[in-house]
Order: sequence, then C-alpha cells, then structure tokens
Amino acid sequence: MIEVNNLTKVYGNHTAVDDLSFTVEDGRIYGLLGPNGAGKTTTMNIMTGCLGATSGVVRIDGLDIFDEPEKIKRKVGYLPELPPLYPDMTPMEFLEFVAKARGVTGKERTEQIEKVMEITGIEEMQDRLIKNLSKGYRQRVGIAQALLGNPEVVILDEPTVGLDPKQIIEIRDLIKNLGKDHTVILSSHILGEVQAVCDHILIISHGRLVASGTPNDLEKQFTGSSTVDLSVKADQARATEILAGMDGVSDVEVKSEADGVTELRVSAQDGGDVREALFTAFSKANVPILNMTLSKASLEDIFLEFTGEEPAQNKRGKEARHGRNLRA
Amino acid sequence: MGAIYEREVKSYFNTMTGYLVCAFLLMFAGVYVMAYNLNYGYPNFEYVLQGMSFIFMIVVPILTMRSVAEERRQKTDQLLYALPVPMTRIVLGKYFAMVTVFLLPTALIALYPLLLSSFGTVSFITAYGSLVGFIFMGAAFIAVGLFISSLTENQAIAAVLCFLALLVNYFLTSTTEFVSESSTASFVAVTVIIVLIALLLRVMTKNTFVSVVTFLALEVANVIVLAFSPDTLSGLLTTAMEKLSLFDRFDNFVGGVFDITSLVFYLVTAGVFLFFTVQSLEKRRWS
Repeated sequence: MIEVNNLTKVYGNHTAVDDLSFTVEDGRIYGLLGPNGAGKTTTMNIMTGCLGATSGVVRIDGLDIFDEPEKIKRKVGYLPELPPLYPDMTPMEFLEFVAKARGVTGKERTEQIEKVMEITGIEEMQDRLIKNLSKGYRQRVGIAQALLGNPEVVILDEPTVGLDPKQIIEIRDLIKNLGKDHTVILSSHILGEVQAVCDHILIISHGRLVASGTPNDLEKQFTGSSTVDLSVKADQARATEILAGMDGVSDVEVKSEADGVTELRVSAQDGGDVREALFTAFSKANVPILNMTLSKASLEDIFLEFTGEEPAQNKRGKEARHGRNLRA
Repeated sequence: MGAIYEREVKSYFNTMTGYLVCAFLLMFAGVYVMAYNLNYGYPNFEYVLQGMSFIFMIVVPILTMRSVAEERRQKTDQLLYALPVPMTRIVLGKYFAMVTVFLLPTALIALYPLLLSSFGTVSFITAYGSLVGFIFMGAAFIAVGLFISSLTENQAIAAVLCFLALLVNYFLTSTTEFVSESSTASFVAVTVIIVLIALLLRVMTKNTFVSVVTFLALEVANVIVLAFSPDTLSGLLTTAMEKLSLFDRFDNFVGGVFDITSLVFYLVTAGVFLFFTVQSLEKRRWS
C-alpha cells in the first residue's frame, strides 16, 4: 500500500504540488488525471525518490521514501515522461545494465529480461541500437526497464504520449495486463485513457487532489449537477416567466429563439429530476414542449469542472497567492 | 556500482571518446620518447612523462565532459536517480570507469622503460615512481573534470570549463612571480576568499544572517592577524598557489623524489571533487 500524506513541493515561489494526500491499494490500476502542469510528474518523481519534497511523507508498505530510499526503489519501477534510454546501447544491453544495477543476478537476470521482453513485445528488436528504434518501441523498452527486479509497484508517467493510435491501444492492453501482477499508477491528461485502463481515478489540479474514486463512483457522485435541455413552443419571455414560477429550478440559460421556438437549458437544484415538474408547469400554461432531454454530468464534465477553474475562489488566502503564481 | 562501471567503460569504447583518449596519450608518449630518449639519447623516461603532462589539459576534458552532462541532456539521469543505488556509488562507478580508460593507454606507455632498457641502463625506480605520480595526478584531474561535468547539461561547456580549470592550474606557479608577497596583498586575497565563502554560504543555505556572521568572524580574524602578526600573512598567497598546483607537484617525482605528500594531495583532491560531484547531483534531487 502506498500512502501519500500532505505532500508539498515548492519551486521558488511556484507551488507544484500543494498538500496532496491519497492512498493506493495493492493490485489495482490507478490513474493520475490532470491537465498539463497539474503536478502529476512532480508527484511521481517524488514517489519514486527522484525528487525531494518540500514537506510531506510518502510511504510504501510502511517504509518512508526519504528514510529508506534504496529499499523503496527496489519495490518501485518507474518510467519517466521521457524514457531514460541510452541511444548507443541495444535493448538487450540496456536491460542487462538496469537488471544488474537493480541487483538482479545470475540466472534470475536472464529469465527476467526474457520475461519483460516478452511482456512488452520487444524480442525482435533486442539487438538493434535504441537510437534506431521507433518511439513506440522506445516506450516499450522504457516499460520493460521499469518491470525489471519484479517491483510491486509500477509507475508510468504519460505512457502513451506521442504514440500512434494502434500503439496506444497496444500499450493500454499491456498496462491492463500489468495490473494483474503489479500495482500500477499511471498519469495522463487524457480522460478517455484513464477511463479505459484504470480501476481508480485521482483527479489532480493545480497540485491538489480534487476528486478521487472509481470511474462509476465519480459519475454517480456528480450527477448532482444534472441539467435538462428543453425546447418549447413559446417566445423567450413567456418561457422564462413560466420557469421563474417553478420550484426546484436553480438556473435557466436561454440558448436560442427562432420561429417561436425557444431552446433552454434548465439546471435543477440539488440534483433533483425536474422533468415531471417542467411538464406540468408548461402544460398548465398551455405551452407545448417539443423536446426534453436530461443530460447527466459525464466524467468529461467533471474533469473540466475541476481542472478548468483557478483554485483562487475555492479557499482562503493560501490559494489566492497560489492562483496569482499560476497566472504569472 | 559494478553495473554503472561496466556500462561506462563499454560506452567509452562504443563511441570514439575512449579511442581518442588512448590515441592522444599514446601519440604524445611516442613523440616524447622519440625526441628525448631516441633522438637526444637521455636514459630518463621520467622526462617523457614531464614533457607530456600538459596533455591532461586536452585528454581530461575529452574524457570527462560527457560523464554527467550528457546524462542530464538525455534525461537518463532520471534512471540513475530511480535506481536503488546510492549516489556515491553511481559517482564512483563513473569515476573508476574514466580512470580505467585513462589507465589502458598508460599501461602501454609503461612498457617504454622496459624497451629502452635493452639499449642501455634505465633507472626503473625513478621511471616507475614518476609513472605512479603521473597516474595519481591524472586521477585527481579526472575527478575535477567529473565535477565540472556535473554542473552543466552541455558537454562543450563542460569541456571548456575543464580545460580552463586545468590551464589555470598549469600556470599557477609561473603566475606567482607576478603576485606580490607583501602581507597587504595576502590580506586582500584572504578577504576576497572570505567574501566568496560568505557568498557561497548565502547561495547554499539562503540564510543571509549566517553568511554575514561568518563573513564578519573570518574577516575580524584576518584583520587581527594582519595587525599583530603580519609576517604570517606575507608570502601566504604565493605559497598557497604553489602548493595547489597539481602539475608542479609532479616535478618532485621527476626529480627522483617519491613524494608521498603529493600522492596524498592528489588523492585528497580526487576525494574532495568526487564529494562535490555527489553533492551537485544530490542537489538536483532537492532543488
């Protein structure tokens, strides 16, 4: 189990990670989701011992990364954003080097190298120089490297960036398979990817955790912001007049009005379903409803809602300062 | 450490660097043997080593420039940080790999006294004593180069800085002639060093108070020494410069003295710069 507690990382006057806390259960695939610059890479660098934190604690199986870095690093395989490969080596040489450096010896080493090459599908490329490999294969060598030493936790930073659609699907399948034997944490700024691969999503924005849960949980949790798209046969003034007299409607947005038909978006209070009430209200006023659709918040909306806004308006003075830094 | 060492040595000979270093050392050794021993007929192999010692100014930058700088540029330093190996071992692995690349051609050069002995009497003790000094001096310079490489991402900048550092060291003794031996001159020099220490402290600890206090304490001591015992200060600067010249110390070996103090000095220099390299790499982790 991985525990991240009150992790903060400050660069000069820019706060990259701001009091971040979360836990990661064993044997599942976690997705760190957030826009570029949200602090995903910084968080991962700290979790793998590549970077120090300004304050806060990272524990893996109860061991503190800052107290016992060597022990932790044995438990963690890491693929940074840019796969750290030596271009003048072949994948075989490179994997041998990493295995040796991670303390895998003898027969075990040959077996593990064979295994990770099979998992990542780079056997045919094992004797070519890394500098001659395509981006997709380099990414695979990077993943293979992270699997050496049989780590319990595999951390992958944007593993599919820069790959073509076919490669992306292959790498995603690969990650799903990794999830069977390892705890996997991956980061991405693409929602679809995290949704497709991960059991659990952690949404990060401006260095803070803004939402966390399984994809379904998140969707359920946020259907609260449900809206109804409505078109009625009345002019704008008439339609808004009817809606103004209704209970349970929090916000009305007029989208368009043409040929006596008004299109509106009605937001319900407290996430209630206002379709019945709308029907009764409009039929009492003898205004026909031409179309009515309930639209639930999708993960996309949740993501945009959480990551789009500046954190300044959310909390106290600390965030106000923070927001200014980000704009600067 | 073993894995890093092995990879580094291989990589020197996968690229041109290793061969270039060997070629330079062997070529200059050959030229000087040709000139001193064969042409002029001196039986002293140590003259060859003394003559070619300036070669470090070319060989050490070539050897060391990429060691850390290139890792940083290619972002492979990430891998080193993520390995379950302490930074000290990583630095030592790199260092010993470079020393090995330097020792390979030196081992061949070591055959010259044997070859020469077939034409006459060669003082093996002075010859091989000097070679030991030569190797230790090279090892010290390589540590300096490694440290300089850890300061930048750019190999070329690392090479130029390393060359300049060695150049200054090379001319350190000859420039002492132009340095005043008066106590006032030493006082000024010591003051400059104290200011540098204080500034370094400020940069490293970001604590103005500590650095100002350190500056004042050291400077007051300096003034007291100047006021009460100016003789201690006179000549201090020139002596220090002579002592710090790594090139100059090698002349003792050539002169037939197996100078243990200088060997220790070379080792300490190497140790200090390796320590600095580890700190420079660790600092990246914490900045």
